[in-house]
Amino acid sequence: MMASSYNAKDEDGHHPGSVGSGGPGAVKSKKPDNTAFKQQRLPAWQPILTAGTVLPAFFMIGLIFIPIGIGLLVTSNNIKEFEIDYTGVDMFSPCFNCSQSYSWNSTSACTCSVPFTLDQPFESNVFMYYGLSNFYQNHRRYVKSRDDSQLNGDKSSLLNPSKECEPYRTSDKKSIAPCGAIANSLFNDTLELFYIHPNGSRIAIHLVKTGIAWWTDKHVKFRNPGENNNNLSIVFQDTSKPVNWRKPVYELDPSDPDNNGFINEDFIVWMRTAALPTFRKLYRIIQKKKDNMTPTLPPGNYSLEVIYNYPVRSFDGRKRMILSTISWMGGKNPFLGIAYITVGSVCFFLGVVLLIIHHKYGNRNNNADIPN
Amino acid sequence: MDLSSIRKLITRYCTGEESWVDSRTVYIGQKEPPPGTEAYIPQRFPDNRIVSSKYTFWNFIPKNLFEQFRRIANFYFLIIFLVQLIIDTPTSPTTSGLPLFFVITVTAIKQGYEDWIRHKADNAINQCPVHIIQHGKVVRKQSQKLRVGDIVQVKENETFPCDLILLSTSREDGTCFVTTASLDGESSHKTYYAVQDTKAFNTAEEVDTLHATIECEQPQPDLYKFVGRINIYLDRDEPIVRPLGSENLLLRGATLKNTEYIHAVAIYTGMETKMALNYQSKSQKRSAVEKSMNAYLIVYLCILISKALINTVLKYAWQANPNRDEPWYNQKTETERQRHVLIRAFTDFLAFMVLFNYIIPVSMYVTVEMQKFLGSYFILWDDDMFDEELGEGPLVNTSDLNEELGQVEYVFTDKTGTLTENNMELRECCVDGHVYVPHAICNGQILPGATGMDMIDSSPGVDGKEREELFFRALCLCHTVQVKEEETVDGIKRGIHQGKSTSFYISSSPDEVALVEGMKRLGFTYLRLKDSHMEILNREDEMERFELLEVLNFDSVRRRMSVIVRSSSGDYYLFCKGADSSVFPRVVSGKVEQVRARVEHNAVEGLRTLCVAYKKLTHEEYEETCHLLNRAKLALQDRDKKLAEAYDVIEKDFILLGATAVEDRLQDKAADTIESLHKAGMKVWVLTGDKMETAAATCYASKLFHRNTQILELTTKRTEEQSLHDVLFDLSRTVLRQHGSMTRDTFSGLSGDYQDYGLIIDGATLSAVLKPTQEVTSNGGNYKEIFLEICRNCSAVLCCRMAPLQKAQIVKMIKASKERPITLAIGDGANDVSMILEAHVGIGIMGKEGRQAARNSDYAITKFKHLKKMLLVHGHYYYIRIAELVQYFFYKNVCFIFPQFLYQFFCGFSQQPLYDTAYLTLYNISFTSLPILLYSLMEQHINMDILKRDPTLYRDIAKNSLLRWPTFIYWTFLGVFDAVVFFFGAFFLFDNTTFTSNGQMFGNWTFGTLVFTVLVFTVTLKLALDTHYWTWINHFVIWGSLLFYVIFSLLWGGIIWPFLNYQRMYYVFMQMLSSGPAWLSIILLIIVSLLPDVVKKVLCRALWPTTTERIQTKRQCLTAEQSTIFMLSQTSSSVSF
Repeated sequence: MMASSYNAKDEDGHHPGSVGSGGPGAVKSKKPDNTAFKQQRLPAWQPILTAGTVLPAFFMIGLIFIPIGIGLLVTSNNIKEFEIDYTGVDMFSPCFNCSQSYSWNSTSACTCSVPFTLDQPFESNVFMYYGLSNFYQNHRRYVKSRDDSQLNGDKSSLLNPSKECEPYRTSDKKSIAPCGAIANSLFNDTLELFYIHPNGSRIAIHLVKTGIAWWTDKHVKFRNPGENNNNLSIVFQDTSKPVNWRKPVYELDPSDPDNNGFINEDFIVWMRTAALPTFRKLYRIIQKKKDNMTPTLPPGNYSLEVIYNYPVRSFDGRKRMILSTISWMGGKNPFLGIAYITVGSVCFFLGVVLLIIHHKYGNRNNNADIPN
Repeated sequence: MDLSSIRKLITRYCTGEESWVDSRTVYIGQKEPPPGTEAYIPQRFPDNRIVSSKYTFWNFIPKNLFEQFRRIANFYFLIIFLVQLIIDTPTSPTTSGLPLFFVITVTAIKQGYEDWIRHKADNAINQCPVHIIQHGKVVRKQSQKLRVGDIVQVKENETFPCDLILLSTSREDGTCFVTTASLDGESSHKTYYAVQDTKAFNTAEEVDTLHATIECEQPQPDLYKFVGRINIYLDRDEPIVRPLGSENLLLRGATLKNTEYIHAVAIYTGMETKMALNYQSKSQKRSAVEKSMNAYLIVYLCILISKALINTVLKYAWQANPNRDEPWYNQKTETERQRHVLIRAFTDFLAFMVLFNYIIPVSMYVTVEMQKFLGSYFILWDDDMFDEELGEGPLVNTSDLNEELGQVEYVFTDKTGTLTENNMELRECCVDGHVYVPHAICNGQILPGATGMDMIDSSPGVDGKEREELFFRALCLCHTVQVKEEETVDGIKRGIHQGKSTSFYISSSPDEVALVEGMKRLGFTYLRLKDSHMEILNREDEMERFELLEVLNFDSVRRRMSVIVRSSSGDYYLFCKGADSSVFPRVVSGKVEQVRARVEHNAVEGLRTLCVAYKKLTHEEYEETCHLLNRAKLALQDRDKKLAEAYDVIEKDFILLGATAVEDRLQDKAADTIESLHKAGMKVWVLTGDKMETAAATCYASKLFHRNTQILELTTKRTEEQSLHDVLFDLSRTVLRQHGSMTRDTFSGLSGDYQDYGLIIDGATLSAVLKPTQEVTSNGGNYKEIFLEICRNCSAVLCCRMAPLQKAQIVKMIKASKERPITLAIGDGANDVSMILEAHVGIGIMGKEGRQAARNSDYAITKFKHLKKMLLVHGHYYYIRIAELVQYFFYKNVCFIFPQFLYQFFCGFSQQPLYDTAYLTLYNISFTSLPILLYSLMEQHINMDILKRDPTLYRDIAKNSLLRWPTFIYWTFLGVFDAVVFFFGAFFLFDNTTFTSNGQMFGNWTFGTLVFTVLVFTVTLKLALDTHYWTWINHFVIWGSLLFYVIFSLLWGGIIWPFLNYQRMYYVFMQMLSSGPAWLSIILLIIVSLLPDVVKKVLCRALWPTTTERIQTKRQCLTAEQSTIFMLSQTSSSVSF
């Protein structure tokens, strides 16, 4: 608590000797009203930061922050996270061939399979991310290269996208839907997970592909044009697919009309540009088993099957697959916990220092001779 | 071709003929003079339209825009805006266009409104009816149609529509009374005289028959100077030539009083009237704070440019790899590729400039202006500075210098009317060494037995009696006092008899009123001036009449005035009164020694002394004198000089009669104020035209000099004995020796009893000191520097016998000395105007000597004692307020922009903005603008009562201490630190992981919003920590603007805005708030950012407290005790009820 004092001064302010002397009427008209505000005498709280007053605050911060920090750190440490790089830079890595023999025009998909082992069981929902490094999704030219009204289902923007989409605005004299560099560079690797049972059988793990995008994005911000027309191929017939795409936007997920076209969640997730050049994006969710007894991903051997489409080697990029459990505070990140503990301890330490100073100098100052 | 002749032609063509003719000819009634007298050159004069407005309806927009963009800051933002329009920039033009538009619009509306008011006022004046005589009839016309040469009729209580030469009045003697209250504030009635030869032209028809021309000088702004000549063509061929002076000139703006009507001819109209010429604005004064602000701006501009340069260079270094420059996922357009690399680099540089331009905020100027403008109202409203007698409070003529009031180091004050009341009272008079003291009076009422007097010395003999009566008559006659008339002559008589007439004497010089009133108490009553006869009532209640022949007016150079009268017996007398120094040299006989002794004695007592002398003239001598005077008066050129020469010849060979002593009481609390100013570390100099002894007495009385002050004299008396050179060196040696020992004393803690010095210098010596000498003294410095060195070591300086211009010279000299101190000049009279204009801050006192000082000052107050509150309280507050305002503005913009700079390192130097456009635009306009504005209006770090009680606190802010470079660097580093905390805090939080409980990821806009949220909260809370005075307004504004930020963000992200072509902020803020770690990190980052500042404050307060801080701490303890006592008493009282 800060020490404080309320200082309410008399607001009526009597004016001595104003009555009686010549022409009080004329005097009064020019005289300012004597309100507390105009006299700068509003009642006010006048706190002062002194060692004595901030001491308790410092100790309080220390006492609150350290436990929070410990809590955060423990939570973060309990989160299980597994990360595997499948770029295939290394000669011996399984995806080396795919990464070498890349071309946009190749019709045959290059697949590779990356084996990995989980030492610990992953419980509850497990979230599967893909991660890219050295990929500047936050480059200005890139960030602005989109047309939000086209993505919102605006018909005129569909056929006449924003200039910002250049040079990904038109191809073959048709407007591109979705236009822009972001959409054009949609991440198009397909990742599948298989559990290698100790007996050798490969069990495909069910990956849920919805719920990975913000609800508001999926339901409000991104809309397919022609709201009532279920046949997206007709809606998009005058448009052209982005040049790097293999299939048009209305074939992103033919199986599920609620996840197709602009409201395809993989697409929406990609369209939310990352803040930093190394980023991860939510790819799939592995839901926990119905019975809570067995972990979602038991320890053991797994295989990551990749349909390798996305080239990153040209710009020294890396591709990763991350499996992570989630707590209330999100994924594994010890930063917050450590920061809280550090700040808490610093405050506590400063509190002690101030206490000493307060004892040594506080009295001296208060007793110091102040001329009145 | 000859260039100069072309130029001459051009100037002639452009400016018109009359402006380079140095006199003008006015044809009265627009009539040509009789042929053959002179070539008739019709001159063109402007019409009588007063235009104080700046704009017309049509030119408002272009002219106002031009004016506004002449300000360098506005121009800078305009350039940024244009750059944004032209090139492809990271932020949309609205981010800088909108604030600029806002600022320009607000200013334009304010100026437009002011101009509209001026237009209205102009129209009211220009269209008010005036009466013009045309063809013998009175015609009503609009004032603006009045032309030079028109004959105007003005009735009582009407205001003169332009500058007029008085031709005739309704009064027989050709005089009229005028108040110039609206011009110079003097409410006394002044008498003006009609031209002698035209005063008979009384009716409209008669005036119309008048044939005359007036030659006069071209318009000039001096209100009290006018030189002209009237040529009247009567029936004869040869015109009658009469001189015209300022006593014939009725000024526009003055009002006719006590006179039924007058006829006058217009000579200066419209914008050429003296009033309009005086409207011309004074030179702009700039405060020290503004200068530091500009210096900071330059630093920030350099930072801005270097940031942009660094980023541009790094960008091209980084992009050297084509896969970085143009990876497959992020291709450039064809046009971009084809652009030359230099052009690209230049546009990139500009784009970075635009991205970082918010570091110099457009709103700072608006806030500073608003703070100054609104803040000045607190001075106007201040009840303590309101004067009940005058019914007036302080005036603020400029609000630009509010904070300068807190920085004053030198105070230059006038003596008479400023330190003293200028309420004169005759204390005694001395006739040939006999001293007479009028009866004590109270409140202007004479006690019974008014005719009596105390004679201290033995009563004089018969001869003495005669001399004594001559002395009294001299004082009754030698003045320019007017008697304000009642309805009837009887009224005056009655008034005088009942002793109530005290208030009826009016004069521009209070000394004269005091003398005439004093004479009344001694038995000689001046009744009035009637038909050029002065009537006085002598002790036996007999009327004596003297014909007033000539008045040789007072001026400050001659320092005396004279009248020539003829007594009823036909004797010619010349009476003269004046300062001793100007009378004694001209005296040939009389008891000079006794009178001189008495005068000196009185002067030491602090009384104002005047000497009275006379001489008898023969008729021939009088004729000669008349001739001399008339010749001088008729001169068109150098009339003043010629008059002065004539006066010099006339006023000599006097017989000394005696001397008077008038007391001028010190103003209320003048000594207390001076003591406070001393304690506050200010050096107080008294600059006066008075003589040394009187002034020194006042200085002692007002505690400027103390008993133990060692007085150093630098006066003519001393320099006569020694050479100026030696005196100066002597003094400087004395002072410096003392100075050296003094510093030793302060080290050993014995500073209490050091000698302090007071310097007295007079005008003549000063001009000798200031005279530029080529002679290089042995020390290498010239006199001026030695003098300054002496002054610097004196606690008080008194400069006496100063001419007005010398006052300004002194101020200028101190201003230019090497410490460049801030000076303040305070005065009440016209003779102080020059120093008021010269000093950094000029303060006028609305006193008895008219309003001229108040009009030319920056601030005007009613009493000298108000200076204390003005400087110690208002000045102190304004200074700390604006200092915080300036520092805080730079701080918050470093906090704002530096994260954006850091972000460039992580987005490939692509100028990607970190924050959304709306945040960029509104940060300075709305999220963080009001708290600092209100802080800068309301902050009181210490109670004003303590500030007043303890003037030493003023030293804490001396020398611009809150805006020095170390403080500025501290704030900037604090800003950089905070920015680093915001950015890297968010960076590590976002580092390759999620922080939502549903596993979804956030994008770059969430990153920016997180940083921005922490930023807004930190910056606002930082201000909250600095606020020492929390009124409900501060609470409302600080918490209100935080709440506004949250509500705005919710709203901004809550809707798909149809008019925007991007929806990047949609739900970003809400999604962020739905995550726990975001909250935790916001709290953490705010605390970490605020921590160093808190620690620094607490440590500094504990270890190296300033006086201010000590008092704050002490007060806190006291009030804590008091409040407990108060609470206890409250509870007990509530119990008892």
